[in-house]
Amino acid sequence: MNLTLKVWRQKNPSDKGGFKTYKLSGISADMSFLEMLDVLNEDLSEKGEDPVHFDHDCREGICGMCSLYINGQPHGPHQTTTCQLHMRSFRDGDTITIEPWRASAFPIVKDLVVDRSSFDRIIQSGGFVSVNTGGVPDANEIPIPKVIADESFDAATCIGCGACVAACKNASAMLFVSAKISQLALLPQGKVEKKERAEKMVAQMDKEGFGACTNTGACSAECPKEIKLSNIARMNREYFSASLSTENV
Amino acid sequence: MKLDSKIPSGPLAEKWTRHKFNVKLVNPANKRKYEIIVVGTGLAGASAAASLAELGYNVKAFCFQDSPRRAHSIAAQGGINAAKNYQNDGDSVFRLFYDTIKGGDYRSREGNVYRLAEVSVNIIDQCVAQGVPFAREYGGLLANRSFGGAQVSRTFYARGQTGQQLLLGAYSALSRQVANGKVKLFPRTEMMDVVVVDGKARGIVTRNLITGAIESHSAHAVLLCTGGYGNVFFLSTNAMGSNVTAAWRAHKKGAFFSNPCYTQIHPTCIPVSGDHQSKLTLMSESLRNDGRVWVPKTKEMAEKLRKKEIAPKDIKEEDRDYYLETKYPSFGNLVPRDVASRNAKYVCDEGRGVNETGEAVFLDFRDAIKRDGEDAVKGKYGNLFDMYEKITGENPYQTPMMIYPAVHYTMGGLWVDYNLMTTVPGLYALGEANFSDHGANRLGASALMQGLADGYFVAPYTVGDYLASLPYEKIPEDHAEFKKSEEEVKARVQKLLSVNGTKTVDHFHKKLGKIMWNHCGMARNAAGLTKAKEMIQSLKEEFWSNVKVLGTGEELNLSLEKAHRVADFLELGELMVDDALHRNESCGGHFRDEYQTPEGEALRDDENFAYVAAWEYKGEGKEEALHKEDLVFENVKLTQRSYK
Amino acid sequence: MSWVSKTLNSTLGKKLLMALTGLFLILFLVVHLAGNLQLLLPDGGKSFNIYAETMASNPFIRVVGILNFGFIALHAIYSAILTRHNKKSRPVAYAMTKSSANSTWSSRNMGILGSLILVFILIHLRGFWYEFKFGEMPYVTYDGETYKDGFAIVSAAFGNIIYVAFYVLSMAVLAFHLSHGFSSAFQTLGLNHKKYTPFIQKLGIGFAIVVPALFALIPIIMFIQNS
Repeated sequence: MNLTLKVWRQKNPSDKGGFKTYKLSGISADMSFLEMLDVLNEDLSEKGEDPVHFDHDCREGICGMCSLYINGQPHGPHQTTTCQLHMRSFRDGDTITIEPWRASAFPIVKDLVVDRSSFDRIIQSGGFVSVNTGGVPDANEIPIPKVIADESFDAATCIGCGACVAACKNASAMLFVSAKISQLALLPQGKVEKKERAEKMVAQMDKEGFGACTNTGACSAECPKEIKLSNIARMNREYFSASLSTENV
Repeated sequence: MKLDSKIPSGPLAEKWTRHKFNVKLVNPANKRKYEIIVVGTGLAGASAAASLAELGYNVKAFCFQDSPRRAHSIAAQGGINAAKNYQNDGDSVFRLFYDTIKGGDYRSREGNVYRLAEVSVNIIDQCVAQGVPFAREYGGLLANRSFGGAQVSRTFYARGQTGQQLLLGAYSALSRQVANGKVKLFPRTEMMDVVVVDGKARGIVTRNLITGAIESHSAHAVLLCTGGYGNVFFLSTNAMGSNVTAAWRAHKKGAFFSNPCYTQIHPTCIPVSGDHQSKLTLMSESLRNDGRVWVPKTKEMAEKLRKKEIAPKDIKEEDRDYYLETKYPSFGNLVPRDVASRNAKYVCDEGRGVNETGEAVFLDFRDAIKRDGEDAVKGKYGNLFDMYEKITGENPYQTPMMIYPAVHYTMGGLWVDYNLMTTVPGLYALGEANFSDHGANRLGASALMQGLADGYFVAPYTVGDYLASLPYEKIPEDHAEFKKSEEEVKARVQKLLSVNGTKTVDHFHKKLGKIMWNHCGMARNAAGLTKAKEMIQSLKEEFWSNVKVLGTGEELNLSLEKAHRVADFLELGELMVDDALHRNESCGGHFRDEYQTPEGEALRDDENFAYVAAWEYKGEGKEEALHKEDLVFENVKLTQRSYK
Repeated sequence: MSWVSKTLNSTLGKKLLMALTGLFLILFLVVHLAGNLQLLLPDGGKSFNIYAETMASNPFIRVVGILNFGFIALHAIYSAILTRHNKKSRPVAYAMTKSSANSTWSSRNMGILGSLILVFILIHLRGFWYEFKFGEMPYVTYDGETYKDGFAIVSAAFGNIIYVAFYVLSMAVLAFHLSHGFSSAFQTLGLNHKKYTPFIQKLGIGFAIVVPALFALIPIIMFIQNS
């Protein structure tokens, strides 16, 4: 099929950037979206033009490195990652607009590549259970009801891609933060620190400059791992109860 | 140089305990005086960095991705083995040890493998304590499944995302240490060289992938946890960024490279759909529990399938060849990975492949759906079926899946002793980057186990043993060796940018991949390997004279990054061919056409090849030197694998 | 009390204030509606006028009334603060968005809806509340007691087709605001549960339709009765 691509090009963080239009032909419907961009980049390279930079790694929908805001939606029209989006979702002659994630907490590095280290810093602020290696109890010492373990797992499937932030009209990271808070708050291992964790992670999230939640639900609707909105409610609960009860005056 | 594996003496079951007692300890107050570099943040890297930092060492952790959480360990689906015997089905440390040695076709070290099985139980405890949500039974205890043809249920899993959950566990432990100030993170930073001073590894030189800055980092020890080199085949189940560069640069600085030819080809991957393909996607091996593998009995019928003149369902039962079930009545579709892969290749080579490229076989769930109902099949494999449909656009509930083998894991890697130290003192290799535990073939659900065993439970002891005899002083980063190394790296960047040829980096990578796949893939022979060596050499020459790398060195430059990696793959490819050519036997992931039993099975030569091949770099354009570490088996009896 | 300000100054705390004030205003709507419905009683405004007088003289109601103004102000001010914060979180807008694929129109436009409602409230207060409190009111006498004749003022206002249309339109805006705001407040408070959330969501939609509809019905009926 033949396509017209409108791609955001920006040389570096301080460059103003703008859209560039490229024509592509001979694209197979079996290609993944990223493979289509590979074709574009091979073309550009052969012509001596700088290829379009975009983040990607595993290309099987799990590492969370690929991003791209495609035709007005993060990861494109389906609820999946860009690497799992295939060209059969588009039609011959389509124009596709490709933009980077846009959020002040995700500054652009180059073209479609953004810096998501704010997510790492949020996890560093408390997204863990404080156990050292060794000296832990036997794995079967703490039975965990299957439904609880499953719910925790549902939250834990977050791949940290940032689609929630990209989709949210407020560039809010609540779904990401709440997924980690939920995963650990549900498990007995994580309960010990759950109050401190909620306080610290929310504080770090705010410090990074993410927006507030207006409960539009766009994050969850676009999340490739279908993380549920109930996690945000749980985070709110955890945070308010922590505010009321921790020793931090 | 005589290779000393430093396996502790004494009975197998006591070796590790004794060794732990015998290693030198670093005084807790002195640990903060040491700096350790960890390259790679996958299961091995993240767990090692976190554990060492917890002990009090100062750690610098490097990864080329934008976050440590992206490392490719994340993509492992199936599970992690541990000899917990929670199922009361007769599992034990010794059985896991035995299965691993046997599965590796008797090409691994007894001591290392036993230790792996021994610490496997601690890994599960550790991960659960971190909040890894493993699958559980209704009673609240951990669930297990049997995996990859194992006779016991010892595999712990988290749906089809075990690797992700384990990695996020290790990443959270790492993040905690970053917050504590004990680990300094360097994402989007690629290691370009190991710096050796007075025979010891004393740091690395890196390239900042955003700014292009070439920087030196001094330390007392360097741990390479940089994964495998499956991407030498261009198409593999590895991530796009997975590469051999760190290991290869270490190799050129004196670390021996072992058994590079041992490559695991996974039988259940989604077939290649065209030239545009950038990577291959693995479908969990568990599918073979219920799916039946077949191709048409005749070439003519396969031809019609390929042309889409008939559909799979039009082929009558008596015209289908369930070749694994016929050939291996007792194991059937559950034969080990290498056997399943090789047989898929044979039937496709006969012209009976079923997709347009002729390189695919069916994995059919028709009978399972008939027997258990669609809902039951959906319950077990729903997410895999969805994934398949997303990628191929075909519904596997209605038409059989198509699969074909793909490169998945590399058992070879940097040679290490029992302490996981390479032949360069102070330089360690952990996880898939080393060669040590899987022999010639890795069992399913053992990669995660090894990565975490090395990182959480082995390196924290053995690295301390080495540091205890080292002075606290760090080599300054303006030391001549660092400067020399920086200059070499800068010169290489310049060289790549200045070739200014006509062909893209991917062009060379694809070509190399084809050579490797055709001649050093599922089945190899002397003639093909000899030819491959020549082809790689001329491709390498062409690369350095005709590659086109755009942009500059002082910016985010994906084609420059790739060029560095492909240049190293070209050199590694040649060594793989050398290794495959010298090993005149078939074992595990190395199958030589010339060495097979009358039934077409791998024929080992224990008399002449029960050794670890360790290759020493001798300089640009020179043949590498082969060293041998003999494998001694005191606790297992070497037998011919048979799955009839 | 630094922890209080810390909590309330977080994005979550600000949202908490939005939810709590919002829920209070929802309750207020119910009480207000109960009063308004008395306009329709066929007693020439007697019940309404007596009710209005009782409300105005009850000290508890007066306190609640003041709180109500405070909450409206808080709700508006915090929404402005949050909107500014949220705009700063995405300084460069997307060239193309397809948000209809992932969220409802009203959930994305609460600010606009809320601003329109605020305009309505101001006009509404000027027209009724201000007149009632400070304007020149006609008086009526029921059973020997004198009352301000609010009914007459309302009745006059609802005789004006333009005012009725403005009122009805404003109620439609309120409906959209409530259709998201009602359940959203519960979500913000952390009250989300498989068992109750579907009910809360349905209740919210029901509330968003019924309450504004009843409000809107009154001027329509009165207009028809008057003409």
